[in-house]
Formats: sequence, structure tokens, C-alpha cells
Amino acid sequence: MKHTRREFVRGGVAAFTLGFAAPRFLCDAALAQSAGFRNLVVVYLAGGNDSLSMLVPYRDPFYATRRPTLAVPAGQALQIGSDSAGNELGLHPRLTGLRTIFNEGKLAFIQRTGYENSSRSHFEGTDIWSTANPASTQGPGWLGRYLDSIPAPVDPLAAWNTAGETPRTLQARTVAVPSILNPATYAFQSPNGTVEAENERAAAVRMSSHLPIHRPHLSFVNASAQAAFATLDRVALVGAYAPSIVYPNNGFALALRAVAGALASQIGTRVFWVQTGGYDTHAAQSTLNGSYATLMTTLNDGLTAFYQDLNNQGLMNDTLILQFSEFGRRVSENGSNGTDHGAGSVMMALGGQVRGGLYGTAPSLSPDPGNPTLENGANDVRYETDFRSIYARVLDRWLGTDSATILGGDFRGGSPEFL
Amino acid sequence: MAHDPNIQHLLRRAGFGATAAEAASYGQRGLASTIDELVDFGRVADDVDERFAANEPLSPSTVINDARQRWLYRMVHTRRPLQEKMALFWHNYFATAYSKVAGRVGGLEATRMLAAKSTEHPAGLRGQLELFRDYALPNFRDLLVEIAKNPAMLVWLDGRNNTKARPQENFAREVMELFTIGIGQFVEADVYAGARVFTGWNLQRIGNADDPNAFYQFVYNAGQHDTDAKAFSFPIYQDGSRTIPARASAGGMQDGLDLLAALARHPETARRLARRLWAFFVSEIQTPDPAFVEQIATVYLQGDCHMASAVRAVLLSRDFGLPSNHFARYSWPVEYVVRALKEVGSAGYPLNSALSPLANMGQQLFEPPDVGGWTLGPSWFSTAAMLARMNFASNLIGRQRTDIGRAASGNGPTPEALLSFYLDRLTPAPYEPAAYEALLAYLRGSTPWTGTEAQLRVKAPGLLHLIVGSSEYQLV
Repeated sequence: MKHTRREFVRGGVAAFTLGFAAPRFLCDAALAQSAGFRNLVVVYLAGGNDSLSMLVPYRDPFYATRRPTLAVPAGQALQIGSDSAGNELGLHPRLTGLRTIFNEGKLAFIQRTGYENSSRSHFEGTDIWSTANPASTQGPGWLGRYLDSIPAPVDPLAAWNTAGETPRTLQARTVAVPSILNPATYAFQSPNGTVEAENERAAAVRMSSHLPIHRPHLSFVNASAQAAFATLDRVALVGAYAPSIVYPNNGFALALRAVAGALASQIGTRVFWVQTGGYDTHAAQSTLNGSYATLMTTLNDGLTAFYQDLNNQGLMNDTLILQFSEFGRRVSENGSNGTDHGAGSVMMALGGQVRGGLYGTAPSLSPDPGNPTLENGANDVRYETDFRSIYARVLDRWLGTDSATILGGDFRGGSPEFL
Repeated sequence: MAHDPNIQHLLRRAGFGATAAEAASYGQRGLASTIDELVDFGRVADDVDERFAANEPLSPSTVINDARQRWLYRMVHTRRPLQEKMALFWHNYFATAYSKVAGRVGGLEATRMLAAKSTEHPAGLRGQLELFRDYALPNFRDLLVEIAKNPAMLVWLDGRNNTKARPQENFAREVMELFTIGIGQFVEADVYAGARVFTGWNLQRIGNADDPNAFYQFVYNAGQHDTDAKAFSFPIYQDGSRTIPARASAGGMQDGLDLLAALARHPETARRLARRLWAFFVSEIQTPDPAFVEQIATVYLQGDCHMASAVRAVLLSRDFGLPSNHFARYSWPVEYVVRALKEVGSAGYPLNSALSPLANMGQQLFEPPDVGGWTLGPSWFSTAAMLARMNFASNLIGRQRTDIGRAASGNGPTPEALLSFYLDRLTPAPYEPAAYEALLAYLRGSTPWTGTEAQLRVKAPGLLHLIVGSSEYQLV
């Protein structure tokens, strides 16, 4: 019997209330703690990224035959060399900025990441990647557990979610991660003028300050209000951020702009969540000129702007971007010029201290049912690198914690050495 | 006069709260009779859309933001609150997002597909929302069939492209995982077989290219149907048979009807619906009582998938009425906004002003995040969403300052009296002593209480803002 998200959250509310330390004036402490801290930006491509269109095995003879309308022609793929097995690979033609970063040695592609018996469900798949536990997707997310491991009291701005609802990955027991879509509107308004508005804010702070143990659901909402009040003033600093370059005007890029603002303002946040959707390309995927090309443009332009902005400010060495998606897609295209849900996918790691390159090996796309690099009757990409080994490396080598504790087991073996 | 707490509880759950006049009127009627009127809503006259059209010169069948306003208006003013509550339930259950549909067919046709009324199109085209109203409480199996043929759904989950040469799995997967039996009850092979079942369930274009009223409608495209037998891991027929037989293409649409009927009457579908009804009507804090789930599932199955019997049984259940289940749900943003408009007042508040706040709270109508619908419960309460709720309250109340000050006049001889006046009007969950004291302390402030109109013009809106923005008010 699977547990639903709702059941988790309900259990999580009670646990949350018990462990929650009411934020007091943590700003100064957070600033002191955070100086020189490394930060992690998780980028989630929602819907299941068709990684065979992002990192293209353009020499594979079956690539074009199994994808007659979707294949990126060899002449258009941005060639970036070969992996350790000699598979020649290229980037989607819209990823020009990412190729430059790759050539600078700051971008790693980790091929065929996933896990045994990959879920083809968006919801279960996302829960598995979020909790790092394919056997049971109960409880907080893997980065939520990292936040729980920080010695209390945890700064309420230790993590920052730029999406609407708190992603499972960041759900923690001891800290309510703030969701801040737009720093400029993250403020407390009042129907009255300034002095009375201050009185109201003070009253609202007092009203939410009590967390009654016998009413965990009320306490949960109060804790959210508390976290809002405790973060308002620092976030206002970010709202005034003037980046060193112009970001594209879309949700993904503006979220990255806010992250850059938070880093430049040194408000103490260590973990960020950014997501961009539209990857569930069952139909009209139009790799070269249509919807998938638009997705790649958004991804490329946003990440490239972020990289340049942070580089200009000398912040890239403290920053790691880790990209994932809940699954890859079917090798053969379907009748709607799209691709259905598949299995293994590609992860990206980008940052000033990343050892760039091509990790893992590309699948052979041969439809032979015995093809060991595919599964499900040679229909889907079989994983080669357990995604938890990537998480382990990030936790151990970047966040400086013990991955075995956070992940509930030692997954260091077989991790590609991108950090 | 304090209102009956059981009726107010019923109206928050089976409706969107109540104006003072509605609370008094339903209160006189009594609980049992009110439940009857809510469930048997067909006997209540409905002129809300006409009133909306008279008040707002908008284009709700062709412009999505206008459709959003029309729906909000209906939630605030309908005399059939349960019909609208169930329409919202089904909108989340069969979550279909405007943006993808508009990306495929354009904004005008996408709005029609989601929200048009039959009188608004020469061919009587009706939006998906009208389907949710029609089938708010009738038969779930019929609703499932209508949804499988619904143009917006056929675009949203790509069924319109489902052909025998290359079946499309999107709808087949979600109809099992999300709409009926749930994950763990089927295997991957069922998804592939299900995709073949729905081959040929496509769309056709009616009207010339230059016709502004041209539209898509469902068609069973026999030439694109896979006629082979399809085997499943669960029973399809009453005799326990798990295989849909090979059929000639002309009659192949029956494949899908057989599968949908099997899914609708599957016991796990009945239990999942019962659990969804528990979370929607009874409690998001207590896990569903297994006896409740079995009872409601049995009512549903014995009623041949009839939702009205199941929902009536929920509202009459012991669990529903338990005082410990009052205020045991986290309000959806739409519920919160509509309740505030009913309880605070909506005179002079343009509903257009509620759209951005709703998006900031995490719920834009006709724009669920994915086919799984919104993530409910505590997930609504991110910090930004909580601020968005407080700020919506500020805006709503700020626009009615004068009226609010006037209404408070005479009701505030003491801070305690003014607070009592509003707590009776607004019915938040009970305040803890510390929060109650904070409200009183706000009223007392640094200057002595005079109760003059000048003071009430400041303090009454401030107090209302604190109440409507408080955590206690977020629970329903």
C-alpha cells in the first residue's frame, strides 16, 4: 500500500510542530554563519525531460530510425565530444550558452541516471527523486533531511523555494521553507497607514507566535506566518537587487535572478529550488522548432544569464546547480510526434568548482530486446548510475555533511567524480 | 445573535460560508432540511449567470480571466452552493489546465472548451465546467465517459492524437492512476493496453477555416482504432473476465466504454472516492476512518456509482458532524477568498482584483499545476501564500473602509464588544488565549479607547484584517 502525499504531510505536521524552534531574531547569526558558505541550486525540469533530445547521441544508427520526426540531425547538434565508451554526443542546438560553459569545463552531464524499476508515474517518480527512497516515499525530502541536520535553531531562510508550493525535496521536519516567487511583493500590507500598519504587523506577529501542541494544524499555519514575518525584511534587500546583466523575462529566469540576488545580498540562504515545466511532451514535441526547442531556449538562456551574472560578481565558485527530472522518455516517438514516459535520464551539474565533462555512457538505441543499456523490451533507457550516488557526492563534498546519515545508507559507490 | 455552529460548519464545507442573511435563513430551516436543499439543488432556481452578465460587461466564454470572474461570482452568489462546491471538486479531480489547451488551440477556443455555456455558441458548445455542474452529483461512470470524450481533456492529455499505429499513453495512464483505481492497482502493461483501447477517440474540426465559431468536437475515428483484443490485470466484465475482446472497428468504441465502466465500479475506485470525499468534506487532519470509507464506498457501489447518495451519506455521517472535525480542513485559496467576500462583504470589490492574489496563494482557476490537481492541505501554506492571503484581506477590507467603519458604529463601546461583534460575524476557528489577547491589545493600542467613529474607521478595518488574515480563519 502506497502512502499518499496527503498522508505524509499530515504526519509531517505533527512532527514538524514538535521540532519547530520559533525563529527569533536570527538575521545577524545567519549572516555570520553564512559567510563563505557554499550554496546549492536545484533545478527541476517538471514533466519528465526527453534527455535524448537534450544530449543527443547523433551517431547512433537507431536514433533517427526510432525518431523519424524528432531526431536532431548530426549537422545541427552542438558537438561536445565523446563519452568514455566512445559515443559521440551533441547538445540540442538551442543550448549554445551551455556549450560555452561546457567548453569552459564548468558543466558536467551525467548520463543514464535513475534507479531499478523506474516509476513511470509523474507523481511517484517525483516523490522518489525527492525523498531519494524508491522503496518508500514517506517522510521529508532529501534536502529537507539535510536542513533538519543543521544544528538548531535553523535560520528560516536557510532554504528558499522559488516555486509556488513547497517541493517535496525541501519538506523538512524542523523548518518551514519559505516560498518566495517575487521578492518585490513579499511584504506585509495594511488597509491603514504607516503607524497603524506597524501596529497591525506587531499584532499579527504576536497572534502567530504561539504554537499550541494540541492543535498541530493551527500551529502549522502559525509557523508559516512566523517564517514569513521572520524573513520579510531580509527578502526586501533582495527585492532591490540590480543584476550585472539582463535576465530573460520568463518565470525560470526571473527565479534565477532572485537566487542571484539572494546570493549577492548575502542573506544566508544555502539551498534554493527552481523549477520550469512543460517537459511532459506526449505530443507535438517538435524538437527543432516547436515546444521542445522553446523549453531548451528557456533552460539555456536562464542558466547562461545566471552563470554570467554570478561570474561577474565572483560568486560562481560558491555555487552548484544540480538539475534533474522525474524520468526520461520513451526511445521511440509515438504517433503524436511526441514521446511517452520512460526511465533513465540525464542530470547536469554546473558550477565554478564542477569538473565538467561527459560522465557515464550513452545508451545504445538498438531495439534488440537483449540490449543491456535499455529496458522494458528495449523501449526505455536503463539506468547506469544510481541517482542517490549523485546526491551523496553533493552532500559529502559540497554541503560538507555525511551523506550516509542523510540518505539512510551509503550510496557513494559508483558516483561519477564531477565534484 | 449567534448562529447555529452546525449549520455554519455545513455551509463552510458544502458551500463557501454564508452571508449573515444566508446564515439566518438556513438556520431557520434547520440542519436536515438544509442538507436536503443543498443536495437536491435542482429544485432551487438559478439565475446567477444572468445577474453576473447584467453587472459585468465581460466575455466569459472567450476570455479566460473573464471566465474566472464569472465562476468566482457564481461561488459568492449561487443559491446552489453544493453544486458549485462539487464543480470545484471535479475541476481539481479531472484537473485540466488552460495554458496547455490554449497553446494548442488558441486562447479563445481554449476558454470555450473550458467555460462556455451552450447559449454562448451557435452550435451549443459547452465548456468542461458545465460538465462538472451537470454531473456535480449524478453518476460518476457517466461523468468519466463524458470526460474521456471532452475536447479540453482530449487536448490536455493528448488523446486527440491517439492512433492505432502508435498509441498514446497519457490519458490511459492517468485515467487509472488518478481518476479511478490508483497507483499500485495496475501494471505498466495495463497502461499500454489502455492506450490501445482509446485509439480513435479523437477530435474533429467543425466549420470552415475562416469561421470564427469553428470548433472541435469528439469523434470516434473507427479507422484509427486498434481492433485486437486487450488484456488487463484486473476484471473488466462482471463475470470476472479480464480481456476486452477483438471487435470490428465500427463497434470498437465499446472497448473504451467497457474499460471506463470497469474502472468506475472497481472497489478501489469506490474507496479512493470515499477518501477524497473524507478529505474534502470531513477532515484533513484525521486519517479517514476505515468504517467511513467502507460505508461510503458501499453506498457508491450499491447506488451504481451514484454520487448524490454518497455525498448525502457523507453529510449525514456521524464523522461529519463531530465538533472535533469542525475547522479540520485547510481552506483552498478559492474557498478562502469566496468565504471572505461573503462574510466581510463584496460590495464595490471588483472580482478582477482577486485574480492575482489567488495566483499568489497558489490557486488560479482553470490552471491547476498538473493533471494531479493542486496539492492540498498544509501545502497551501507556504510563506508567500500566507502573505498573499493576508494581503488579499488587506486589499478587500481597505476598499470597504468607510462601510466597515459605519457598520462598526455603535458596536464598539468597548474593545471586547467590537471583537465579539466581529467574531460572531466571521466565524474563525476558536482563538487561543494568546491570540485573543493580541487582538484586544491591538484595539487598546497606545491611546485610550473612545469608540468614536474616527477611531472605529481605523481600528475596525485593522481588526478585520487581523482576523481574516489570521491562521484561525484559514481553517474551515
